[in-house]
Amino acid sequence: MGFQPVYVVDGARTPFLKGRNAPGPFAASDLAVQAGRALLIRQPFAPTQLDEVILGCASPSADEVNIARVVALRLGCGNQMPAWTVMRNCASGMQAIDSAIANIQNGRSQLVLAGGVDALSHAPLLYNEAMVRWFGQMMQARTMAKKVAMFARLRPSQLLSPVIGILKGLTDPVIGLLMGQTAENLAWRFAISRQQMDEYSVRSHQRAVAARTAGRLGEIVPVVDARGKVHAEDDGVRADSSLAGLGKLKPFFDRKYGRVTPGNSSQITDGAAWLILASEAAVDQWQLAPLGRITDSQWAGLDPAQMGLGPVHAATPILQRHRLSLDDIDLWEINEAFAAQVLGCLAAWESDEYCREQLGLPGALGALSHDRLNVDGSAIAVGHPVGASGARIVLHLLQALRAAKATRGIAAICIGGGQGGAMLIETISREQAKRENQ
Amino acid sequence: MTINRNNGSQQHWQLEVDAQGLAWATLNKAGESTNSLSSAVMEELSQLLDHLDRSPPKGLIFRSGKAAGFIAGADIQEFTQLDTPEKGIELVSRGWQLFNRLAGVSYPTLALVRGHCLGGGLELALACRYLLAVDEPSTRMGLPEVMLGIVPGWGGMLRLPERIGPQAALDMMLTGKTIDASKARRLGLADDCVPPRVMDSAAALLVLANQPRRRPPLLQRLLNGPLKALVASGARKQVARRARREHYPAPYAIIDIWARHQGNALAAPELIDSIVRSPTARNLVRVFFLQERLKSFGKASTFEAKRVHVVGAGVMGGDIAAWCAQRGLTVTLQDQGMERIAPALQRAYAAWSRRVRDARELRKIMDRLIPDPEGHGARQADVVIEAIFEDTAAKQALLQQLEARIRPDAVLATNTSSLRIEDLRTVLARPERLIGIHFFNPVARMPLVEVVAADGADPEMLQRGTAFVRQIDRLPLPVKSAPGFLVNAVLGPYMLEAMRAVDEGLAPATVDEAMLAFGMPMGPIELVDMVGLDVAMAAGRSLAGAEPPKCLLERFNAGDLGKKTGRGFYEYGSGRTVKGAAGSVPAGLAERLVKPLLERTQQLVSDGIVVDADLADAGVIFGTGFAPFTGGPLNYLRRQHG
Repeated sequence: MGFQPVYVVDGARTPFLKGRNAPGPFAASDLAVQAGRALLIRQPFAPTQLDEVILGCASPSADEVNIARVVALRLGCGNQMPAWTVMRNCASGMQAIDSAIANIQNGRSQLVLAGGVDALSHAPLLYNEAMVRWFGQMMQARTMAKKVAMFARLRPSQLLSPVIGILKGLTDPVIGLLMGQTAENLAWRFAISRQQMDEYSVRSHQRAVAARTAGRLGEIVPVVDARGKVHAEDDGVRADSSLAGLGKLKPFFDRKYGRVTPGNSSQITDGAAWLILASEAAVDQWQLAPLGRITDSQWAGLDPAQMGLGPVHAATPILQRHRLSLDDIDLWEINEAFAAQVLGCLAAWESDEYCREQLGLPGALGALSHDRLNVDGSAIAVGHPVGASGARIVLHLLQALRAAKATRGIAAICIGGGQGGAMLIETISREQAKRENQ
Repeated sequence: MTINRNNGSQQHWQLEVDAQGLAWATLNKAGESTNSLSSAVMEELSQLLDHLDRSPPKGLIFRSGKAAGFIAGADIQEFTQLDTPEKGIELVSRGWQLFNRLAGVSYPTLALVRGHCLGGGLELALACRYLLAVDEPSTRMGLPEVMLGIVPGWGGMLRLPERIGPQAALDMMLTGKTIDASKARRLGLADDCVPPRVMDSAAALLVLANQPRRRPPLLQRLLNGPLKALVASGARKQVARRARREHYPAPYAIIDIWARHQGNALAAPELIDSIVRSPTARNLVRVFFLQERLKSFGKASTFEAKRVHVVGAGVMGGDIAAWCAQRGLTVTLQDQGMERIAPALQRAYAAWSRRVRDARELRKIMDRLIPDPEGHGARQADVVIEAIFEDTAAKQALLQQLEARIRPDAVLATNTSSLRIEDLRTVLARPERLIGIHFFNPVARMPLVEVVAADGADPEMLQRGTAFVRQIDRLPLPVKSAPGFLVNAVLGPYMLEAMRAVDEGLAPATVDEAMLAFGMPMGPIELVDMVGLDVAMAAGRSLAGAEPPKCLLERFNAGDLGKKTGRGFYEYGSGRTVKGAAGSVPAGLAERLVKPLLERTQQLVSDGIVVDADLADAGVIFGTGFAPFTGGPLNYLRRQHG
């Protein structure tokens, strides 16, 4: 049985808000609620008429572990609404879409709200193990004397060296490398220079600014914080980004000697992105006008130390299945975890050796033109709220295809831990789709 | 459980004795949806105590058989028959004796309070040894007698100060405000506060344990003993700031009875006499029934709104939206762009975060208040309210757009205060569907909402609009379309006359003082500042058509538009109002200023703008704060001439 296409009815996201060394103005569920309610009020159906809500989140906070259900209830989807949270690191949002697709394809659901969210600025500081032991013993100290003795044993070093939750999250637990260090691996392997990375990053900012100026970011809904401040735009995008400026930054992950800097990496960001996915029947029932449809998806695994090449491993099988070349795809979104990582993907496809040995192809797949890739900027400029990015690139790819009056695109994302995910998308109109089916 | 009906004649009470020997007395007043302590209910309670005297139980637990609450208070209908001081004393005596008897029984007693427990209901609970409060939002306890111009004479003035100390007790008795279950526990009024799932077992455990009650702290015991006089004099000063003795004798009587007569009103028959003789109590009871009448409007309709769409995120629109969201509705708030809507959201957040302590509840309210710059929400709304600036063409254009998008059965309403609905609706395909739903500022504090019918308005839509107003817990007043409807129409000439007095050389503060002394909550000049001098100018033109007062014109031309610009007749600094001292008030000034208001009210009744004089009184009281002790303008007028 082939892949039954699933329709993307509509979508919306919050602006992506850069973490600034303090918890941002919104909790993760706040972001998902504000984007979700703006999306739902423009639908002809009520929130209660969805079949389920699926939300990807890489680091839900301790008080909203099944954040999907928290958000579904806050959105007024009603007590009867099934809602579940999915986690596949950087592709959690894409996983939510894929899970929605699967349930629509097998007939369990007709209309699904799916997306991704993370509020990385709210990532916790954790007590280290020594402190956890101390608290455990303190709980057992019954007498005042014993309690005083416990305090006497407390060392400032235990108290003042918390485990930084976000660093834990961005470290591969199997091989112990920081994500940035896996990007350094790719830069080394494919001889990608600091200069190339910085140039790529400046372009990401320039493209994001151009997209904003041209009004091509219609998927953003402004959000309002408790103080009444409106956040309407991705606030990590820099119109003044320059090679000279980026050149001043120091390598962060392999200090002193490396090439990957905060400037040529994606930003730590808070944000949420949603799509409404529907079966053909639901599209007919509610007379929806879909943005497009998802016609294939693929997951792949690879060496965790090379995780940035995940998009290559996930997108290539889709191209093969549909007998498409890189150039047959009108537009590509490859999430920019790191400049070195996106450039590494392009280099891998251009490499005879890589394509033969790692992808089992007869030779190099070819060159992917930058004119088709991340045309409106990506995570280096826009930011990377881990769980949300997979949903953002699918949604934005649809918007970018429509703006360019093009039809076919692939959104792909690398996944910490050594995986990749990709989706094939078409902006085909519904009437066209019907004709094809007949 | 063995059921042991003590007496076949009991209509309202049901008594059961369970296996542990605990007696459960359930009040389920026959023929009513809420429990109140009518003389019949009290008589049966007395018989019930007789029965238990003969075979004392291990403990007695009072509870309610009504979903609505515990006991709402005395039967207010009976108050209307208090025409002689003797009857007043008899009424007080009945409850005082009965609850003293209850307080003295040999077995432990407990009131299991779930839902409202007010007035005589709380006095019954206070006569029990223990009070167990069920932790639900609907659980409210208070002694609101003062709001009806009477005193909590059935032991409230004795037992509440004993239990929680005189400061908190006087605060409750003098303002009539109610407290929730958790505050009741904090104050020591409730012995515990528990979720409904364990209320029965908690009640049984508390009674069976029969522990001594917690005593109030030493300071409170001193304040309720040797230091009474000190507390009383402080309380009198506080009351004097809010209510004058000649208008409102009851709060003064409460302080005196507590401080000088051990809370026993029977020991001060002259005070009961003065309360029964003064028209205040009668008028306030009248106002209570007027309010009940307003509450009954819209009951005939089964309409229930779930989604409301408000266009215009200014002060009115934003506050209407915030109010609806707090009342549980999903609200979409439309204006031109997020930047215009955000201040309304911020105001809503600031207002509700002060009042709603539960962070989750606050979050729910804010989640339901959805900014909607593109107006998508109109399509699914049950009620659509237009609250943009007062401009006929702009409103017409908007209403036309809305009509094309909203559901055919949705209520379409305008919040206009000065434009004619007849003019606004001309552009509609179904002009008869447009109604007025006119809120007052500030929405959260002004209970009245005028539901305005233009000629030929669809009665079904009026019904729905009225039901909607009740749904959001406001008081709907049906009025016919006419300039200013009822409330603004009567305020206009009153404010105009006040400004004429200023033109004649009186200080604004003197003019206001005259009306404060009359019993108004705010002087007419300050009211102009609140409303805005620009609005007053515009309203004056369209409502009165007369030459504007000089004092208004000067300030208007200088750009001093009142509170919103920081200066009008008075100065509005950082939260403070600078008024200057009031001079001595010329004799007859208040009568002169109020006269145009009274005449206009009378006129509007004659013109049929409002159905009858009672509703006019209700509207003017709840819409303007017109001195409630007078019973309303027309009631006042009748008494002046009567």
